[in-house]
Amino acid sequence: MSNVVPLKTPPALAVKDLTTGLRIRGAWHEAVRGVSFEVFPRETLALVGESGCGKSLTAMSIMGLLPAKIGKVLSGSVTIDGREMVGLPERDLEGLRGNLVSMIFQEPMTSLNPVLPVGFQIAETLRRHRGLDGAAARAEVLRLMNRVQIPASARRIDDYPHQFSGGMRQRVMIAMAVACRPKVLLADEPTTALDVTIQAQVLNLIAELQAEDGMAVLFITHNLGVVASIAQRVVVMYGGDVVETAPVDDFFQRPSHPYSAALLKSVPRADRRPDSLEPIPGQVPTLLQMPAGCRFQSRCSQVMDTCAERPRLLPTAGRADHQMRCWLGRPEGGC
Amino acid sequence: MAAPKGIAGRALGNRSLMVGVILLLLIIVLAVLAPWIAPYDPNDQDVVASLGAPNAEHWFGTDFFGRDVLSRVIWGARVSLFVGAVSTAISMLVGGSIGILSGYVGGRFDQAVMAVMDVLLSFPQLIMGLIIVALLGANLADLILAIAITAVPPFARVARGPTLSLKERDFVEAGRALGFSNLRIMLVHILPNVLDDLIVMGSLWLATAIRTEASLSFIGLGLPPPTATWGSIIREGFENLLDAPWLAVFPSLAVLLVMLALNMIGDGLRDATDPKAAVS
Amino acid sequence: MLRFVSLRLVMALPTLWAVLTLVFVLVRIVPGDPALVILGDQATEQALVALRHRMGLDVPLWDQYLQFMGQVLRGDLGISMVRNRPVWGEVATVLPYTLELTFVGILLGVVMGLPLGVLAAQHRGGWIDAVARWTSLLGLSFPAFISGILMLLLLGVELPWFPVIGNAPFSNPPAHFRALVLPALNLGFIMVAYVARVTRSGMLASLSEDYIRTARAKGVPARLVVWRHALRNALIPVVTVVGLYFGILIGNSVLTEIVFNRPGLGKLIVGALNDRDYTMLQGLMVIYALVVVVANLATDLTYGAVDPRIRVR
Repeated sequence: MSNVVPLKTPPALAVKDLTTGLRIRGAWHEAVRGVSFEVFPRETLALVGESGCGKSLTAMSIMGLLPAKIGKVLSGSVTIDGREMVGLPERDLEGLRGNLVSMIFQEPMTSLNPVLPVGFQIAETLRRHRGLDGAAARAEVLRLMNRVQIPASARRIDDYPHQFSGGMRQRVMIAMAVACRPKVLLADEPTTALDVTIQAQVLNLIAELQAEDGMAVLFITHNLGVVASIAQRVVVMYGGDVVETAPVDDFFQRPSHPYSAALLKSVPRADRRPDSLEPIPGQVPTLLQMPAGCRFQSRCSQVMDTCAERPRLLPTAGRADHQMRCWLGRPEGGC
Repeated sequence: MAAPKGIAGRALGNRSLMVGVILLLLIIVLAVLAPWIAPYDPNDQDVVASLGAPNAEHWFGTDFFGRDVLSRVIWGARVSLFVGAVSTAISMLVGGSIGILSGYVGGRFDQAVMAVMDVLLSFPQLIMGLIIVALLGANLADLILAIAITAVPPFARVARGPTLSLKERDFVEAGRALGFSNLRIMLVHILPNVLDDLIVMGSLWLATAIRTEASLSFIGLGLPPPTATWGSIIREGFENLLDAPWLAVFPSLAVLLVMLALNMIGDGLRDATDPKAAVS
Repeated sequence: MLRFVSLRLVMALPTLWAVLTLVFVLVRIVPGDPALVILGDQATEQALVALRHRMGLDVPLWDQYLQFMGQVLRGDLGISMVRNRPVWGEVATVLPYTLELTFVGILLGVVMGLPLGVLAAQHRGGWIDAVARWTSLLGLSFPAFISGILMLLLLGVELPWFPVIGNAPFSNPPAHFRALVLPALNLGFIMVAYVARVTRSGMLASLSEDYIRTARAKGVPARLVVWRHALRNALIPVVTVVGLYFGILIGNSVLTEIVFNRPGLGKLIVGALNDRDYTMLQGLMVIYALVVVVANLATDLTYGAVDPRIRVR
């Protein structure tokens, strides 16, 4: 699952200092703050965090899919294959979605239109972005359905979503997403709503497609087990901030940020006794309750006075590619 | 531009309820006080002033027999409101009871009753009202009965729904275990929960009842002359449309105002009880 | 699909039977003697007996019922008391007019109401949303005969744009259609109210569903997202509403026919009521029963066309 990527290759997805606001009761609040990361072709980056930490919002920001009146990218840049996405007019974005960058979602049961045949929905991207029509589109749809391993595709191409199981629907979603061979695939918890056995199948499928097409995959999840099995790098988010980024092995061995460490301690592992689980005390503050400075302050066991000021994201653990946002182990005033 | 209109939209939701209520109360007051505020006796004929246009003496003009239209419209309000209210109340009572009973008993009885209700429901309401009135006769009691009958199926359905889910609830089981009679359970435990839906439905249906009364009157099957009903005045106006358009216009406006008021109240009530369906 | 259609057809039969039984019961619940009502107080006993015999009222109720059902199945609706002609003949003459009016009225209502509802949902809180809501409120508040009369007054009398008599022979198409405009608009106006309202709420629900997010993520143009993805789902409650309010539509078409002096079932029924034409009344009721069953069937079939989840049952 790990491919060596030459350093000279430009990233397929580059997010720099992305700040997204949500409008609550008329005022804009930063729900995603200064988020930066890169994903290279053939690489899977796991975006990890509890619900409400802003991971889905980040993905929606990348796609430009924020609900118009209440969400907005306030600053920062998102480049896909060198193309800047932020600030593009909607029409241009429409041309790129499903084409250059695709997204798959969590709820297969409700993410497909119940009144349109599955083949039609898959063909929509082909029609829109590749100008395929009629028999050509149909042939390509069949090929895609086979590729994502939907059995009896010829018979089922005109079936409706309710005639498919959850796992099959997710495959349909994946077929729709990879139809135009996007450079980047955003996967927002695609396996969370599926049975464990189906989960493994879908994860394998994504990995296969990634190997074939060379996609960069941003995989959003809160399940550390999934992270361990599919990702090369991890980005941990909390309260809209990136709090740690690291290669996956290093992350599991030496989680540096108090939140990451706490996360790992709160999750059952095969090599630990069950009664040593320690949940993280407290709850994620709502957007309106966010403290100034480090957003994890209220639940951190190692909180200090300096935490009232927002730490910067800096290398840690002696590695350039492992960074965290915390005052711990930092000389006063930061580096 | 978006912000002010958004507020206007919300205002239509809440304010419409208030406006509707005020309007309705106004009309009810006028109707109740008819004997004192109507300038003329509604049946006072004055052949000389036949089909007179609105003037200082007769604000709404006069009809074919020289009767003051304003007075007739005010008195007509009594008929419409009374017939509408009483028939709605009857159908709420009867329909609600049937619905609760049917839902509570369940099984084949429920299926049979609901099948009958469905058949009644699908039959055009006005036609059914027409036939019943034509067969029973056009007097006050039978008119109310006819309109009430057409409204029973919807109320039965509305009452049955919640009853079906309520009867499975724990407090009903507990009641039965304590030896409460079925009747008591239905009255004391189920009815209050169903009442909300019935009342919202009732306010919407009141408009339909009044509309049906006016329509029947217009066709000629309402209360017989010389009783002043809005529908019959409009009928007269229709027959004299070219000569005396005011005869049709004023009672039409009266009907429209009542219907608007009731619909606004119904909308407002529905928005209040079911935010998902809110208009704003 | 064929199975779905034939299944629905078969299921319509018991409903038909039930509605016909309802007609039978309704017409006979009158206390008193229909013959007396028709002939009046002065009639001789002989005449009353003869009439009762002619009307088939002197046999037991159950036999009457069987006779009635038998006649209906044979397509025999009896002979009109007053006009002394077969009821079916009278009905057949005017049926095309009523069908035409109803059909065009529904069409207008849907054609005007759907876009209004869609746009209102798209630009929620905007001016078109306000227009949609006020139109709905007014449409629901105007009884059909009042809106008809006012329309007649404004557009037929004050501004003589349209003929006051809502009918001209089929042989003269331009005049015929011109005469159809006002009555059809009258029916359409009320339908617009229902359709716009339901479309709007259906669209609002639809647009907030996950599959819309998926469609946008695929790059489907915004216009298609609304008109193809969202509207197709919003149509389902619209079909429900149109089917549900078909009964009211019939009532409204009766009133419209009276106001605009159009031939049709409505005028027939009012005439029969005034003339106390017992058999005509009964025959007309049977026709309405048939209409209701056909309308329900059509609604069911439309459901099948619009919502594929229903088809597979």
